[in-house]
Amino acid sequence: MTITTQRVPTPVPARLEVLDASIGYGRRPISEHLDVRIPDRSFTVVIGPNACGKSTLLRAVSRLLKPSAGRVVLDGRSIAEYGSREVARTLGLLPQTSQAPDGITVADLVARGRHPHQRLMRQWTRQDEKAVLDAMAATSVTELSGRPVDELSGGQRQRVWVAMVLAQQTPVLLLDEPTTFLDIAHQIDLLELFTDLHRAGHTLVAVLHDLNHAARYASHLIAMRDGRVVAEGTPQEVVTAALVKEVFDLPCQVVPDPVTGTPMVVPLARRRDAL
Amino acid sequence: MTSRTTLLPAPDRVDFGRTVWTWRRAGTALRVDRRSVLVCAALAVVLAALAVLTLGTGSLSFTPAQVLSALFDPDADSRARLVVVNWRLPRLLFAIVCGAALAISGALFQSLTKNPLGSPDVIGFASGSYAGASVVMLLLGTADYLAVASGSLIGGALTAFLVYLLAYRNGLAPFRLIIVGIAVGAFLSSLTSMMLLSVSPQQAMLAATWGAGSLSGLGFEQLRATAVAFVVLLICSAAVVRPLVHLELGDDAAVALGIRAQRARLAATLVGVALTALVTAAVGPISFIALAAPQIAQRLTRASTTVRIVPAALTGAVILVGADFVAQRVDLPVGVVTVCVGGAYLAWLLARRYTGRRA
Repeated sequence: MTITTQRVPTPVPARLEVLDASIGYGRRPISEHLDVRIPDRSFTVVIGPNACGKSTLLRAVSRLLKPSAGRVVLDGRSIAEYGSREVARTLGLLPQTSQAPDGITVADLVARGRHPHQRLMRQWTRQDEKAVLDAMAATSVTELSGRPVDELSGGQRQRVWVAMVLAQQTPVLLLDEPTTFLDIAHQIDLLELFTDLHRAGHTLVAVLHDLNHAARYASHLIAMRDGRVVAEGTPQEVVTAALVKEVFDLPCQVVPDPVTGTPMVVPLARRRDAL
Repeated sequence: MTSRTTLLPAPDRVDFGRTVWTWRRAGTALRVDRRSVLVCAALAVVLAALAVLTLGTGSLSFTPAQVLSALFDPDADSRARLVVVNWRLPRLLFAIVCGAALAISGALFQSLTKNPLGSPDVIGFASGSYAGASVVMLLLGTADYLAVASGSLIGGALTAFLVYLLAYRNGLAPFRLIIVGIAVGAFLSSLTSMMLLSVSPQQAMLAATWGAGSLSGLGFEQLRATAVAFVVLLICSAAVVRPLVHLELGDDAAVALGIRAQRARLAATLVGVALTALVTAAVGPISFIALAAPQIAQRLTRASTTVRIVPAALTGAVILVGADFVAQRVDLPVGVVTVCVGGAYLAWLLARRYTGRRA
């Protein structure tokens, strides 16, 4: 059984689009002629095996990587034409790697998110203060406010970084493998926080490794392999045994999640003698 | 305990874990740490006290009251005015300007390299300035202030360029930059020694004395050029600091906040090299200030970044004025005094940083 690229037309308008883009490092592009639309107000999750180009896609969308051909379009205008602070008021990014300076407190770090809204003589307006308070409340880190970030647990620290991105008050949030170094309970915590943000009207684009998390929380899935989009649509449309076999080369069964009813991937053995 | 915290009303002020003062008036909105303000005030008081002490001591001694009247009262004893204002004041002002410039330069580079060892005297830029100035003095045979300053600036900038070039491989790893910088600095130091050995003993003596870093023999003439350049660079550093603070979060996070990482780094490097070259041109290489002052200031203010210009500059000024006070008493160039203290500090820093935990 083979799956051809299925295109599910999205009725919602897209503010963020990748048009015919070649993206990669150095001379070798990872993706060529890539077209991706991020439906407005969706929780879009990009899935795919390692080196499939999903993080590269996110880096191109967040302007960390300039496409060698094609363009990324935000609200009808190429993202390269915007001023850097202008983009930072629309797109927020939770990077895969970031470092908190030694001894910085939670509130200090969250307040850094206000940078695109600040000017030399206007660095701490009432709006700034309110945005920081709201961001810390939304991520439940208000009580940690005065604590040094390096004293926190991994789960708390990731929430603080999310708070920093929220303080930026951008309608679109880009999340690059936000759950990677967290234990399962903190992963679910964070994903539920993202669901809240999605319900509150944010557009979210996340790269996730866990297919079951993706199927459970995403409103829109994009499956990639070898730099191409293989399938996109709702989790029900995308997460099928045939697609998982094609994208990840993993034989599996897809059953309904006993809690949410969303598709759940149960891997079969890759070698006959393994189970 | 949990129930008690949930009963608390939502706060309307952000708790930073310390007292902050907010200023929101006339279109401006700023926030400062109370501790930073108090530390800066204390440093300013210490600096003023050291200044009066330095101006009053020497082969002719004056009481603090005499020093103050000589400074501010035009009808004071003309002999006191001559000694305090014409002879000793330029040297003191030089110490303040150079100490502040070195400290700011160190703060910029330590932030750029995200490492307390990443100061211009460790990563070779100061050696480059010295080598550049030596070329002018020894090979071109001129001690003209402007020529030496240009040589020092060009030497420092070329060294920075060389170190960045050699250390660059898919981005700029701070640790590689420091290692390459130390190597390039050592090479340039031996090059300078070679130049010293190849000229006449008188010339070599002159250059070596200058090379030890000394504040003696400086007057208002040289001060004017240095002070003007310092004020210009001070304004430039205020402009490069804001993006630099965000670059400490990593390039990805900084770019996402609207920082142009490469441009910010280049601007900060240029300002930092210019500040070091300014000092080297005026008084010769003075180490330790750039290395230690930003770190001491950060510990005093408990700030989350080394690039707080005002506390760092005040700390640098206090250290250099203090070191020069000692240098005058024991009759040594001030650079020798700072090197002695600096060597011990560097050893302590290395031991602390690389034994306890990985950097």
